[in-house]
Amino acid sequence: MTELLVNLLSGAMMLTGGAFAVIGGIGVVRFPDVFTRLHAAGITDTLAPLLIIGGLMMQAGWSILSFKLLLILLFLLFTTPTASHATARAAVVDGLQPLLGAARRKGDGSSNT
Amino acid sequence: MRYFVSLTVVLAVLWLGLSGVYKPLLFGLGAASIVLVVWLTERMEVLGAEHDPATLSWRLPIYWAWLVWQVIKSNIAVARAVLDPRRIQPTLIELPADQRTRVGRVTYGNSITLTPGTVTMRLTSDGDGIQVHALLPEAAEDLRQGEMARRVRWLEGGD
Repeated sequence: MTELLVNLLSGAMMLTGGAFAVIGGIGVVRFPDVFTRLHAAGITDTLAPLLIIGGLMMQAGWSILSFKLLLILLFLLFTTPTASHATARAAVVDGLQPLLGAARRKGDGSSNT
Repeated sequence: MRYFVSLTVVLAVLWLGLSGVYKPLLFGLGAASIVLVVWLTERMEVLGAEHDPATLSWRLPIYWAWLVWQVIKSNIAVARAVLDPRRIQPTLIELPADQRTRVGRVTYGNSITLTPGTVTMRLTSDGDGIQVHALLPEAAEDLRQGEMARRVRWLEGGD
């Protein structure tokens, strides 16, 4: 009974994580410029691995495997903000100005990217 | 001395966790590598407050728990914006970064970037300001309220 519950819960977490990863990917295509796209990529970097690794850890139980998964998650959560920040800095140094202000339709900013 | 102890403990936990094979030979190799690494960091003079893995004490798990909750909330907001891109309204805002230590300011900047919807663009060179690109007006408003800055100051040992 507990096993079924754990399987259901971890399956749900992994599926939700996968769905968020796909949404992040869609966002990267949909958003108008580098800076807004970084935010979409942020979904794939944070909530998706949290849920997927959380689900995998429930499958692994209290074991050394869970510890390793936790280390992977920590590594991701420490490095991806640095990568996002570096990308944003590189874009600024290269002279890209962020699009600011109210809603823009898809494609409006394509000349800037 | 404190740094030596915490570095040794962290390395030992890492070795034991990653190895999983508990035989005398491997314990010996592990101990030898730990001694080597600690000796090297001492010689390179990189061991100190900024590289101490245990600087941030018991407050760290509490901060992380809060941060994960923020990450989940902002993820949902950004996911909604992806499904309806008309919601987005990018802005650049300046915030004070009045954390006491440099590690504190970096933690603040990294936490801002970690929550989707806000990316730290730069820390000003004198180190007391931070420029943030925000995707949604609500995210920018949340940062202006300063809840996260307060939490990081608390993490550094403030009240």
